[in-house]
Amino acid sequence: MSASATATSADGNNAEPPSRKRLIALIGPPNAGKSTLFNRLTGLRQKVANYPGVTVEKKTGVARLTGAEVEVVDLPGVYSLAPRSEDEQISHDVLSGGVEGMRRPDGVVLVLDSTNLSRHLTLAAPVIALGLPTLVVLNMSDELRLRKGEIDVDELSKRVGAPVALASAKTGEGLQPVESFLVGRLGTPPPVQLPVIQDVPACHAWAREAREKAGYHPPAPPEWTRRLDAVFLHPLWGPLVFLAVVLVVFQTMFAWATPLMDGVEQAVTMSGGWIESALPDTWVRSLLVDGVWGGVGSVLVFLPQILILFLFIGLLEDSGYLARAALIADRTMEKVGLQGKSFIPLLSAHACAVPAILATRTIENQRDRMATILIAPFMTCSARLPVYTLVIAAFIPEQPVVGNLLGARSATLLGLYALGFLAAVATAKALKSSVLKSKGTPFMMELPPYRMPTVRALVYRLLDRAKVFLKRAGTVILATTIILWALASYPTTAAGEPPAIEDSIAGTIGRTIEPLVEPLGFNWKIGIGLITSLAAREVIVGTLGTIYGMEGDDEGSLGLQDALRSELDLGGAVALLIFFAFAMQCMSTVAVVRRETGGWTWPILQFCYMTALAYLGAWAANTVLS
Amino acid sequence: MSLAPSVAPHTLADLKPGQSGLVERLELDEGDARRLMELGFLPGATVQLSRRTPFGDPSVYRIDDADIGLRRETAAKIHLRDQT
Repeated sequence: MSASATATSADGNNAEPPSRKRLIALIGPPNAGKSTLFNRLTGLRQKVANYPGVTVEKKTGVARLTGAEVEVVDLPGVYSLAPRSEDEQISHDVLSGGVEGMRRPDGVVLVLDSTNLSRHLTLAAPVIALGLPTLVVLNMSDELRLRKGEIDVDELSKRVGAPVALASAKTGEGLQPVESFLVGRLGTPPPVQLPVIQDVPACHAWAREAREKAGYHPPAPPEWTRRLDAVFLHPLWGPLVFLAVVLVVFQTMFAWATPLMDGVEQAVTMSGGWIESALPDTWVRSLLVDGVWGGVGSVLVFLPQILILFLFIGLLEDSGYLARAALIADRTMEKVGLQGKSFIPLLSAHACAVPAILATRTIENQRDRMATILIAPFMTCSARLPVYTLVIAAFIPEQPVVGNLLGARSATLLGLYALGFLAAVATAKALKSSVLKSKGTPFMMELPPYRMPTVRALVYRLLDRAKVFLKRAGTVILATTIILWALASYPTTAAGEPPAIEDSIAGTIGRTIEPLVEPLGFNWKIGIGLITSLAAREVIVGTLGTIYGMEGDDEGSLGLQDALRSELDLGGAVALLIFFAFAMQCMSTVAVVRRETGGWTWPILQFCYMTALAYLGAWAANTVLS
Repeated sequence: MSLAPSVAPHTLADLKPGQSGLVERLELDEGDARRLMELGFLPGATVQLSRRTPFGDPSVYRIDDADIGLRRETAAKIHLRDQT
């Protein structure tokens, strides 16, 4: 079915079935600006999912253009189509129509960096050889002009046998031919002599000839990239800048986030109060106010902080600094048996372990990749932040530690990040010197030129993250909260009143497991929180919000922080922090590890190991401090 | 290593910052060699050592107008053409 449909459009016969949108694939090497073009074309009409059976992210979107709507699929960044990595395999399969449940694209847009054609043009050979209608986009035309590079687009088009457009997805200039290609008549261009695509030197030589015939003048090397590298990779300044960047990120995450979080909290409290006064006192009101507002609301408060973290990761990545940081970190990673390429997944694991584990696909060495997957959940992900922030705010007084540079609360948070990192490093060392020992594969890392991050790209990142977070708050957290509310509201007393929380089903379960968590300094309410947080870490905050909210009916409303202070002593509070630093309380992570490692063995071992470490660590902290 | 410390670099690892050489061959297994070739490390290509990183390793090499970071162990397996 898909084959015949493709054949129709490839013939240049425009009679496409009106019921179905045309499908265009975007492909290109890493750092060619493919995602920028994708965002430019599809705006907010994007969907992110996974290809069936593999871990590669499938990004699709709809481009609304004059004349028609076109479906666009953004393929992973690859240097070649020789199927060796999963990324290359899936790109190859999509373009040749071999992905189940997905029709072969009607056309291809090959995105290359016009300032980097000396390497990027090589990819044109295998892509054009596929025989699909292809448009070659030479991206970043603004930079090419600025740095005084030159290319004869018409001549290049003749040489490679496909239309070529010089454009800038960033500024939007020259995109007209791209839009015309998307909606216009797709024809197969006259065939040209292409090299044997398995032969890298031959493809390279072919690309060089095409470039030279088209009068390509590579632009002058970006002067300020050289100057910035002289500082960022300087023997002394380099590591200092690295440290400074990390410190600034942490300090501002607290300083900037606080007013925003206060704002969200006020909005949640006010709207909750409004509902409470508007509704009659029934179980519906209790479910809404105590269950949903108390539970989901207390998690929503952390959205600003998580977005600030992603803003920083976005800034570091888009500016090009992240690749330098990986290079500086390589030496340290090597000491624990890993490599600089593990650094980027491990850094992004500070946002969330799930995309981090997906990002390990760039590590060619399977054993290095496995070790990175297994230690990634130790990194302090953003789901831990609500718990950390809450406990720190309740127990750590705000006072300067290093002058005005670092406060006691930020220092504690930094300490927790360090704790997770050390656990990861020690685990990596143990794994790499035993079961996952390997001979090194070459480490290669391309350093993109420094670029000014655009507001547009950052906004897309943040919207993406906010969507994921709100979706979780609206599904997993909402469901857990409602179940918990029900468990805490029944059985009703003889008079038909809601029970005292100790006598409810939740209370009974909690008191049954209390002996298990008592050595850690926790009472049964925290115990319930530990159980619900198995779904996702931040759920504990919602759980405590619900429990205390319902308790508040008798005792007057207590803020979550005050409530915690009355429940835990310092030993218990530190134990709670340490428990969350080590434990693998996240079903999404367990699921993604199972998929990535191809079975249950690794995720089960990992879960038991991390839980044992969490329990022992928390027990030790509570014993020492109490 | 040769006894007499010759001035001419034999591999990428022997280059000094700012110094260039022509790639002769890659002494690596096929998969690894292919990856490097896709990044431009092909026989006949000119490579320059741009700079070393703060801890001395890896180093940044400039090839085809792009900067690539490689560890010393890998660089030592990329042999340079004798330029005498």
